[in-house]
Amino acid sequence: MLTRMDSFQATIDADGRIEPRDAMPEGYRKTLIRQIAQHAHSEIIGMQPEGNWISRAPSLRRKAILMAKVQDEAGHGLYLYAAAETLGVDRAELLDLLHAGRQKYSSIFNYPTLTWADIGAIGWLVDGAAIVNQVPLCRCSYGPYARAMVRVCKEESFHQRQGFEILHTLCNGTPGQKAMAQDALDRWWWPSLMMFGPPDAASTHSEQSMAWGIKRHSNDELRQRFVDMTVPQADILGLRVPDDGLVYDDATGHYTFTEPDYAELYEVVKGNGPCNEKRLAHRVKAHEDGAWVREAAAAYAAKRQEAVA
Amino acid sequence: MSDLFDYTVRLGDDALIAAQRTAEWIAAAPQLEEDVALGNIGLDQLGQARSLLQYAGSLDGRTEDDLAYFREEREFRNLQLCELPNGDFAHAMARLLYFATYQHLLYEELRTCADETLAGVAGKAVKEVAYHVDHATQWVLRLGDGTEESHRRMQAALEALWPYTGEMFESDELIGRLAVAVDPAPLRAEWERRVLAVIDESTCSRPEASYQHTGGRSGRHTEHLGYLLAELQHVARSHPGATW
Repeated sequence: MLTRMDSFQATIDADGRIEPRDAMPEGYRKTLIRQIAQHAHSEIIGMQPEGNWISRAPSLRRKAILMAKVQDEAGHGLYLYAAAETLGVDRAELLDLLHAGRQKYSSIFNYPTLTWADIGAIGWLVDGAAIVNQVPLCRCSYGPYARAMVRVCKEESFHQRQGFEILHTLCNGTPGQKAMAQDALDRWWWPSLMMFGPPDAASTHSEQSMAWGIKRHSNDELRQRFVDMTVPQADILGLRVPDDGLVYDDATGHYTFTEPDYAELYEVVKGNGPCNEKRLAHRVKAHEDGAWVREAAAAYAAKRQEAVA
Repeated sequence: MSDLFDYTVRLGDDALIAAQRTAEWIAAAPQLEEDVALGNIGLDQLGQARSLLQYAGSLDGRTEDDLAYFREEREFRNLQLCELPNGDFAHAMARLLYFATYQHLLYEELRTCADETLAGVAGKAVKEVAYHVDHATQWVLRLGDGTEESHRRMQAALEALWPYTGEMFESDELIGRLAVAVDPAPLRAEWERRVLAVIDESTCSRPEASYQHTGGRSGRHTEHLGYLLAELQHVARSHPGATW
């Protein structure tokens, strides 16, 4: 007789999908909750650095695209929280953990958006890195997460192209616009490389996640894939990647590049990035300012239910 | 400048300034569903603004961006209601109820006007603003008949914005001259009927005002518009001649 846990392992071994009603080890469940929640939190915190430029977008077309993009991120947050809820937690609980600083979000959003070009750089580099990270998650062993990621990735790929297009327009514009684009690449390059996490040797969660089919590639593999994909695009833009050590290796077909300063990554993760406090404070304020609205909606619904009963 | 240009700019500016304020809610809404909904509504308003300003611009050789980014405060023709700062969520929903109900009545008539472009824009927009009215209505009911606090806030918002609603129904010489323009004055009775029905159902009391503000249609605005435009326009104006 197979036990229910044997069936979990058999599904993993056969590269099948685990569904919410299937048995799963507690560690698997906890790991997924942590990862999906962190991913959902990243989507909603990520609305801030880009939302920062909606009111100032330099054309109405760009304003409309940016509003739609930030709205997509709210949507991603919604279905990722819904995916997490299939594991027996609820959104309110996860938001409380975020607000209390007990769950993380992607550190990249702790950097400021200082010019319009940063909106291009975020789309191109940050969404580009997110896609490299997330495409393998479409094959993640947990069904609801994998399916959510299929939709997220489609939209991210649109976001990435619009970011590239913003920079392409700037790079073919006035000298001031081109300088703005180069400055944005200079500031966002290193934090983007850090989005793949610490180097493999120092990654704490990786090995078990690989065994469970949650993670498919190592941090360093994905980082290399991102660099190989992005450098030729920088060439098309006519921008210089701010890495003196960057060379194409004919023998391997890959770029050799300088590793980012991981000490900086650990500082930002600890809460010492330029915008950690601002991002969390903004989120907590929106939540607290909205408390009376959510209470009112609940009270109204309860009254209607009473009236029906 | 033609009457048709002036009239189209009025409607376009209403939608543009409303969109700018609605967008301020994105990433600041009471719950994630509302970030999405207000994002939708803001995008609808911005889409209406773009169609209208593109059309106005086409009448005198300017682009939507020339009109949005390179006019001065006194040249904007929007209602003061649209430019007021957001306030709390009750204010947002009171404004949306007042404004979208007005837009709905206006666009319903405009879609049968003799100007094909205006009729086309109105025909698309009327469906969008019907959803805005519905969204605002649902929230005014929830907040009005929710908790003690939400009732108090909803009442305060309905009252604070009421003195800015009279301007929507002002008729003037331009309206008189331009055959395709919808005269807003006769829309008022139906607007009041619809809005007051929602307010009554919400258990709030009907706002009363002894005075109505005016000036937006002739470019006399509140002090708030200047700051809104400073923010909206500054990047475009810092790089004259640039394309984005």
